[in-house]
Amino acid sequence: MTLLSVQDLHVTFGTADGAVRAVQGVSFDVEPGETVAIVGESGSGKSVTANSLLRLNFGADVRIDGRILLEGRDILAMDETQIRSVRGREVAMIFQDPLTALNPFYTVGHQIAEAFAIHHPGTPKRELRKIALESLNKVGIPEPSKRIDQYPHEFSGGMRQRIVIAIALVNSPKLLIADEPTTALDVTVQAQILELIAQMQAEHGSAVILITHDLGVVAEITERVMVMYAGRVVESASVADTFLTPTHPYTRGLLKSVKSLDAGRHERLESIPGIPPSLINLPSGCPFHPRCAYAESLGGRCETETPALHLVGSSRSACHLPDERLLGLLGGGV
Amino acid sequence: MIFFVLRRSIFGILLLLIISAFTFWIFSALPSDPAALTCGKNCRPEVIEANRERLGYDKPLIEQYGSYMKGIFTGRTYGEEGAAVHCPAPSLGYSYDRHECVTSLIASTLPVTASIALGAFVLWMAIGVGLGTLAALKRGKWQDRVATAFSVIGVSLPTFFLGLIFIMVFVIWTGILPFPRYVGLTDNPFEWFMALILPWLVLAIISAATYVRMTRNGILEVMNEEFVRLGLAKGLPRRRLIVRYVLRAALVPIVTIAGLDFAFLLGGALVTESIFNMPGLGKLTLAAVVNSDLPILVATTMVAAVFIVVANTVVDILYGYLDPRVRVK
Repeated sequence: MTLLSVQDLHVTFGTADGAVRAVQGVSFDVEPGETVAIVGESGSGKSVTANSLLRLNFGADVRIDGRILLEGRDILAMDETQIRSVRGREVAMIFQDPLTALNPFYTVGHQIAEAFAIHHPGTPKRELRKIALESLNKVGIPEPSKRIDQYPHEFSGGMRQRIVIAIALVNSPKLLIADEPTTALDVTVQAQILELIAQMQAEHGSAVILITHDLGVVAEITERVMVMYAGRVVESASVADTFLTPTHPYTRGLLKSVKSLDAGRHERLESIPGIPPSLINLPSGCPFHPRCAYAESLGGRCETETPALHLVGSSRSACHLPDERLLGLLGGGV
Repeated sequence: MIFFVLRRSIFGILLLLIISAFTFWIFSALPSDPAALTCGKNCRPEVIEANRERLGYDKPLIEQYGSYMKGIFTGRTYGEEGAAVHCPAPSLGYSYDRHECVTSLIASTLPVTASIALGAFVLWMAIGVGLGTLAALKRGKWQDRVATAFSVIGVSLPTFFLGLIFIMVFVIWTGILPFPRYVGLTDNPFEWFMALILPWLVLAIISAATYVRMTRNGILEVMNEEFVRLGLAKGLPRRRLIVRYVLRAALVPIVTIAGLDFAFLLGGALVTESIFNMPGLGKLTLAAVVNSDLPILVATTMVAAVFIVVANTVVDILYGYLDPRVRVK
């Protein structure tokens, strides 16, 4: 059975400047144990999508439409009690900045134990402590019996992210949402954290949704990639297809703007011209058309008609270009 | 921890010594002659000179300060022979205007000020934090608007104005309350309470205004913190999330400011005490200013300074207790 099925998700924030349409018609499935990456720039809607999966858009004036089915149950239709039993138990989250994600007023042991206790009321204190200790041990915190009574500020960034992971995994969730888990960390620590996530995933059998803007991270641990732009999914494909035969001009741009080791010495990095659009005032038609080098070749179609995701080869792409041009994007010039 | 408290205490005592010397010096440097104040307006110069010698005002300042400090620990006798007055330790001087030991004056006024301060403090924290929390949780709704309006009005109203309005409304027009007349708590708790309601309310409303804003902004700020989102993602019930994550973090800075505000109030609420005719430290100070009663002024300044220094130390210790990040090991 499909673990998570997101169908036609729309997320709109009310602000003083007008409605921010952060996510528009996003649909995707996640199978049990699978790793899916959502890639995009800041403001592409990837984090909003992630937060909507658990309805974490706390305090904001937000409207979420569509369906988010977790094993067939619609998260958006759940009452407070039901969604609470999903949060942290069935679906857990890892946040971007481990320096701010932990509560500075409680010991790390307390915070791990709390995550377990919420969903297992009545667990004796001694048992909770044992669980916290085991969790710390599992995520590779040295001297856990000493560290368990320390506060977050006594740990380094990488160690804190390990603790956040320990909190997320203490209930063996079916789905782990990792929202830019390595962005705030040192490069040397990034690899360790990714490895830890992969290792924990194997151990618990959890599916992982990895939100990132780092294509290197994607290549490392995911199986499937969704590329988001201005609140829409513009391409959805396997990792291999994404890197070898991207089927959307935006994905091509992303790949071309990363330096690879086998690139020639004098090969210049390309960049995508322009800036991401304002989510309050989106371009008509395809949201990428003002920055797209191919839009002109299609006449005015890109300005008037929003392309739908459709099968191109083994990928799914939201672009008006004919299939054969899409499949040859990397090879040919503009 | 013990070391921290010890260090802070020593530091506090040193600070008080400096403040006392400074206060003593400032008031001696004032143009009014303390000896001239010892006998009425039509005093003969010989008497003034005699009094000056008798009271030690002819001695060098440093020596006067020495006897003053000694008096705090051993008590002190003012004047000689038949006219001698003994003030037992801790003696903070002798008021020639009131013919009383300053220590006993302070001892009789301090409970009044403490009653006012304590009640007002409890009220204003309840109103300020309560309304502030409500405003933050109902942001943008009518509760928020009411709380914000309250805070703007409270901040902009002067104490004397609100005090007079309250007397007019509650005492003169409606007669719900008697005109405040202070009665000791041990003498008659009910009358004590009735007399203090108005000063409490006035002080509480004016101070609470700031706390409404501080609490509201503090909570809204903390709500945006990542750790609150993680708490929500863990599956914490909303109420527990608000209390244990949001309020816990938002109240730390408020507690520290509240401690200092409370100490400041203990030094005497000059305006409020005067308006409601409360015989507290503030009224004593005000009268001393009017009569150039230097011994009282030095003493009340010192008492206020002691409260502030002690509160500062307590707040620092409390802060370490409340926030593990500044805890000393």
